[in-house]
Amino acid sequence: MALLLSAFAAGLVFGLGLILSGMTDPAKVLAFLDLAGRWDPSLALVMGGAIAVGLVGFTVARRRTVSLLGSAMKLPTARHIDRRLVAGGLLFGAGWGVAGFCPGPALVAMAMGHPKALLFVAAMLVGMGLFELVDRRRKG
Amino acid sequence: MTIDWNAFTPWTALAGGALIGLAAVMFVLLNGRIAGISGVLGGLLSPARGDIAWRVLFLLGLFAAPWLWRTVTAWPPVTIDASTVATIAAGLLVGFGTRLGSGCTSGHGVCGLSRLSPRSLVATLTFMAAGFVAVWVIRHLLAG
Repeated sequence: MALLLSAFAAGLVFGLGLILSGMTDPAKVLAFLDLAGRWDPSLALVMGGAIAVGLVGFTVARRRTVSLLGSAMKLPTARHIDRRLVAGGLLFGAGWGVAGFCPGPALVAMAMGHPKALLFVAAMLVGMGLFELVDRRRKG
Repeated sequence: MTIDWNAFTPWTALAGGALIGLAAVMFVLLNGRIAGISGVLGGLLSPARGDIAWRVLFLLGLFAAPWLWRTVTAWPPVTIDASTVATIAAGLLVGFGTRLGSGCTSGHGVCGLSRLSPRSLVATLTFMAAGFVAVWVIRHLLAG
């Protein structure tokens, strides 16, 4: 129960951060990605602020074997840099640059009731589903 | 490069970023998990027993955020200029790409870089570069 409450709380704080930071406005995201236009550097500071806090917390987290609520630590173990990682990044980045939405802000904007955000999220779920299909077939 | 100083919002960007970082830290310290949105959501498409509820609760928290926000102040603008076709194409690319690359702005960009993961650094540099190029192509090359 405590783990579910903390998951809800983390999602809530995450969402508030996305709104406050400006990430939920695709126009602002695209103004950051538009280096050759009138550049809005704000989002670099979003990343900076998040990582400044994250560095401290993850340094503590890395030393733990169980979480504060007693669950197992599920930190990623993959270390290899392969074609999948780079190809995935290229596809994701291209989509991000086309609409100005990455997954979190799109979900929050959908919750605000923006029809195009809903459309984006629906297409994103289809994309994720397509990946599952391809991946399952590849694994045989 | 021209910096648009009127659009620059350093304080809300930093504070919002710090909140995002705080959420990621809360999640890893309390639940032992990575707050990567594409991973949390994508995991629901091939659900494993006992691995569903926390994902749903995290997403409900995300959905509740704008409503809690609105009890205090009005929502900031959400301006989506992409056409319907472009929005669908972008969603497909983001969905497929984040699962293929095992993460997005939150999982690789925030959590991965905070863990000093070289893998996440490569992923982050790759999707940032692709984002810069996509916008340049759309706004300057094609619209030129």
